[in-house]
Amino acid sequence: MFRRLSRWAIALPVALALAGLSGCGSGEPAASTATTSASSSASADGGAKEVTVFAAASLTETFTELGKTFEAAHPGTTVRFNFGSSATLAQQITQGAPADVFAAASPATMKTVTDASLAGSPTTFVRNKLQIAVPQDNPAKVDELKDLTDTKVKVALCAEQVPCGAAAVKALDAAGLKVTPVTLEQDVKATLTKVELGEVDAALVYKTDVIAAAGKVQGITFPEADQAINDYPIATLTQAPAGDLAKQFMDLVLSPQGKDVLAKAGFEAA
Amino acid sequence: MGSFAPERVGPEGPRGGPAGRPATGREVSGRLPWMLVVPALAGLAFLVLPLAGLLIRAPWSTLLERLAEPHVLEALRLSLVCATIATAVCLVLGVPLAWLLARVEFPGRRLVRALVTVPLVLPPVVGGVALLLVLGRRGLVGQWLEATFGITLPFTTAGVIVAEAFVAMPFLVISVEGALRAADRRFEEAAATLGASRWTVFRRVTLPMVMPGVVAGGVLCWARALGEFGATITFAGNFPGTTRTMPLAVYLALETEPEAAIVLSLVLLAVSVIILASLRDRWVSAP
Repeated sequence: MFRRLSRWAIALPVALALAGLSGCGSGEPAASTATTSASSSASADGGAKEVTVFAAASLTETFTELGKTFEAAHPGTTVRFNFGSSATLAQQITQGAPADVFAAASPATMKTVTDASLAGSPTTFVRNKLQIAVPQDNPAKVDELKDLTDTKVKVALCAEQVPCGAAAVKALDAAGLKVTPVTLEQDVKATLTKVELGEVDAALVYKTDVIAAAGKVQGITFPEADQAINDYPIATLTQAPAGDLAKQFMDLVLSPQGKDVLAKAGFEAA
Repeated sequence: MGSFAPERVGPEGPRGGPAGRPATGREVSGRLPWMLVVPALAGLAFLVLPLAGLLIRAPWSTLLERLAEPHVLEALRLSLVCATIATAVCLVLGVPLAWLLARVEFPGRRLVRALVTVPLVLPPVVGGVALLLVLGRRGLVGQWLEATFGITLPFTTAGVIVAEAFVAMPFLVISVEGALRAADRRFEEAAATLGASRWTVFRRVTLPMVMPGVVAGGVLCWARALGEFGATITFAGNFPGTTRTMPLAVYLALETEPEAAIVLSLVLLAVSVIILASLRDRWVSAP
């Protein structure tokens, strides 16, 4: 008798768990509609509007500033940012994250989103160029790209899988140089940190990152960087919960005012 | 892999119970209480469902060829070696630390106990930066290490071990300290009255008594070290063959090839489950 009951006690939750499991198998569309409806209902009540912008980590400073400009121009609107590696953001979007605008650090990552028909046609809004970053006191006396091939010089590069790493490979190939780095970092900020802390003698990072870390690292321009320029595309997402606001935020980024903010941070005009 | 496993002290240590309670206690019979069973199963589902997600999405058709890639085996080998050595380091340093916290009265003991858990609370990436500030090329200790011995830890396999040990040690210390506090002090007192020194008491009485706690802590510690990502990539960097462990390989694969990332994760999971399950049978008395 007791045995029986206890078996039931187990069977029901197991059945529930299995139901949850099968739900998970076919899950994504359901999950994405759930989140979308949640955020659109939030924007529907009482005029509290929200724009959610997914942007590459290298845009953190400039986009935060533009977000404040946007909020000032549209009272009652909040701009929420999700900064991160472009590839990660692209994946979050294809998995149904409720975003309005996507600004990526490479056309390839934007392509995963447009291929899934989740974004309108992207526009290139800025370009970013590599520089050699060295610690303030430049201990290894680096002053051109060729110096990085010296085995005594410790070099950090971004991993080839992330945009700054792909650009570094392109630039080194263009120069016909072979560099053996001590580490292949997961993103450009991590690469820069290694220079800031003096753990490496040199690294290839974006000019914008060198400017953002002014006072802690020195930047050295090199001609081969012109062969590895990174385009930054921006697009509104087709299912943008914020609707028109998404377009308006993108317009701000593309406006002369937006370009000014981006140029000051070291981005090149597209 | 068993290099961190204790020598020959099996489950048959001082069993039989200090409080005179029979070791082979009969199970409490009666109906299973809903109040426990329902949340227990919900908890289990919560822990297991993400794994199911991985299994559902795994690219089974290309699984074997992906596994055969040399860099996968290289990363796996590096992960296992580093996690095992890190666990050994944690055992050597962590068990005495746990003993100190549980058995010796000293001022500020509470504070020290709280400090031990710092690596648990600290985001691992911050832990990695902290390690760089101390052991890096320009760090407080690192500078001296390089000048005196010519040793640099960042970007080396030793650096991976340091990062993993830093993050994983609290798991061991907390678990062993808990076991020490729960152990009956009367056995130690009896040994002491019979003339055993504190070191002998520790070695012959205390350690065998808390061995299940040490093993459990070691297992937790190893598992945490195996999955370590943030501190490792920050402190030791990421270079194939020397510092790119499985979690780092997974993270990078995720940037371009999510399917490869799933395969790598499953390999890491499968290997760790196999090792832990076989160790459990051997070293931990079945519950």
